[in-house]
Amino acid sequence: MSSPILRLVAQRVLLGLVLLLAVSVLIFAGTQILPGDVAQAILGQSATPEALANLRQQLGLNDPAWLRYVHWLWGILHGDFGTAQSSGLDIATSIGTRLKNTLFLAACAAIVAVPLAIILGLIAVRYRNGFVDKLISGLALASTSFPEFFIGYVLIYFFAVKWQIFPSISTVDDSTPFLERLQAVVLPATALTLVVLAHMMRMTRAAILNVMQSAYIETAELKGLKAFDIIRKHAFPNAIAPVVNVVMLNLAYLIVGVVVVEVIFVYPGMGQYLVDHVAKRDVPVVQAVGLIFAAVYITLNIVADIAAIVANPRLRHPK
Amino acid sequence: MALRQIPFTAWVGLILTGFFAFCAIFAPWVAPHGNGEIVGDVWEPMSVAHWLGTDNLGRDLISRMIYGARITMEIAVAATALSFSLGSILGFTAAVFGGWFDTLLSRFVDLLMSIPTLIFGLVVLSVLPTTTLTLILVMGILDSTRVYRLSRAVAVDINVMDFVEAAKLRGEGKAWIIFREILPNALSPLVAELGVRFIFAVLFLSALSFLGLGVQPPDSDWGGMVKENKDGIVFGIPAALIPAAAIAVLAISVNLVADWVLNRTTSLKGGRG
Repeated sequence: MSSPILRLVAQRVLLGLVLLLAVSVLIFAGTQILPGDVAQAILGQSATPEALANLRQQLGLNDPAWLRYVHWLWGILHGDFGTAQSSGLDIATSIGTRLKNTLFLAACAAIVAVPLAIILGLIAVRYRNGFVDKLISGLALASTSFPEFFIGYVLIYFFAVKWQIFPSISTVDDSTPFLERLQAVVLPATALTLVVLAHMMRMTRAAILNVMQSAYIETAELKGLKAFDIIRKHAFPNAIAPVVNVVMLNLAYLIVGVVVVEVIFVYPGMGQYLVDHVAKRDVPVVQAVGLIFAAVYITLNIVADIAAIVANPRLRHPK
Repeated sequence: MALRQIPFTAWVGLILTGFFAFCAIFAPWVAPHGNGEIVGDVWEPMSVAHWLGTDNLGRDLISRMIYGARITMEIAVAATALSFSLGSILGFTAAVFGGWFDTLLSRFVDLLMSIPTLIFGLVVLSVLPTTTLTLILVMGILDSTRVYRLSRAVAVDINVMDFVEAAKLRGEGKAWIIFREILPNALSPLVAELGVRFIFAVLFLSALSFLGLGVQPPDSDWGGMVKENKDGIVFGIPAALIPAAAIAVLAISVNLVADWVLNRTTSLKGGRG
C-alpha cells in the first residue's frame, strides 16, 4: 500500500462520516417539520392539559429542537436509541435481532444476484446485439418496471399456494435452526434477487462494454494476443473497478427493496419494523431505523468508492 | 413525421398508455359499477357479470381498477409535474447564477439523495397527515432532486454557448436567459426523462399505498388494492395480482414510449448521447 491510496481512502471515509452527520440532522429535522404540537397530535383533541404537559415533559418537547437533537445523537453514539412510544420497549434490543434477520436476507439475495448478474452481463457483452443480448435487455426492461409486490405475490401464488414447495410466510425467530431459516428466506431472497438483478446486469454490461471498446484492447487484439490473455491482462484489471462499483450501488438498492419484500413475506426484519412504526407514528423508532438504513446505504457507497480507488492500477503504481 | 416511422414497440406503449389514460379520465362513464358499491359476494371468481370478479368486500373489481387508474395517475401526474417544475427551475437558476447559490443547492440535493427516497419518504410521512396533498408534495419534492441534477447539468452546457453569451451582451435579464434561451434548448432531454420520472412516481406511490401509508381507504389506488386483496393469495385467489400486473403493464408501456422518445432526441442538441 502506497501513501496516495491511503490518503484518498482516508479522505473518502472522513467525507462519509461528515455526510452521515448531515444525514442524521436531516432525518431529525424531517420528523420536526409538522407545524403544531406533537403531543396534541398523539393524544388527540380530547386530551386533558395535564396529560399533554406530562407527555411533553416525557418526550422532552419543552427543550428547543437543537438540544433534543444533541441528546438524541449523544444517545445513539452510546448505543441508546431510546424507547418506542407505542410499546415502551427499548429500541436497541428490538433492532438487534431484526437487523440480523434483514442482513441475512439481503446477504442470501446478494450471494445469488452478484455472480449471476456478472455472468449474464459477460454473456450479453460476448453476444452483443445478438438474440441473447436482446432477450436480456428485454427482461431488464420488464423487471425495472415491475413493482416488488408483483414479483413477490406471483412467487407466493405459484410456489407457496399452487405447488406448495415453500412457505408463504417467512416467520423466523432466534430459535429457528439454520436450514429452516434458509428455507424460509428462499422466496423473499428470490424476489429481491429479481428486483436488483436486471439493473445490476445492465450496468455490468455497460461497464465491461466500455472497457472492451478502449483503444488498448484493440491494440492487444491487433498484436495477436490470445482472447484469454486480453481479458486476463488488459480487460480484467480495468473492469474490476466499474464492476465493483456497480455491485455496491445495487447492494445499496437492495436495502430499499428489502422494506417492501419484508412486508410481503411477513419477515421479521428492519423494513417491517419501520413500516409498522410509521403507521403508529412512533417517531423515535422511525428516526432510529431511518438512520440505520441511511448509514448502511452510505457505508455501501463509501465501500464502492474505496474499492474503485484500490482497484485502480494507476493509483496502485504511482510514477 | 410519418406514422410508419414509429417502431412497433413504441406503438404498443402508446396504445396501452392511451388506454389507461382513457380509463382514468372517463372513469365514471366507463366503470360498470360505482367505486365503493358492494355488488356481490367476497372474492367471486371472474364471470360475465363481473369481468375480473369481486374484491375482499364484494366490490366489482374491474370498476375498482378503473377508479384506481384515475387515482393512481392523478397523483403520479401531479407529483411528476411538481418535481419537474421545481427541479428544472431550480436547476436552471443554479446553473445561470452559479456561485454560492449553486453550491448550497447542489450540496443540499446531494444530501437528500444520499438517503434512499423510500426511507426518507417514510420518515417524513411518519409525522405528516396522510392526505392526497401531502403525498403529492412529498413525492414531488423528493423526486425533484433527480430532475434538478439533470437540468442543472444540461443548463451548465448550454449556458456557455455563443447565443447565450450574445443574449447576455445584449443586456437580457436572468429570467429571459432561463426561459427564452436555456429552456427551449434543454427541452428534449427533459421530455425524455419525463416518462422515467412518471414511472418512478407510479411505483413509489404504489409502494407507499401497499405499505398502507399512501392513499387511504375507502379510496384506493392500485397499490392500495394489492394491499386490500393480498390476504386472498394464500387461499389461491389471484385478485391481488390484477392491480399489481396493471402497475407493471403501465410502467412497461410508458417505458417503451420513453425509450422511443429518448432514441429520437439523443441525436438532437442537448441530448444525453
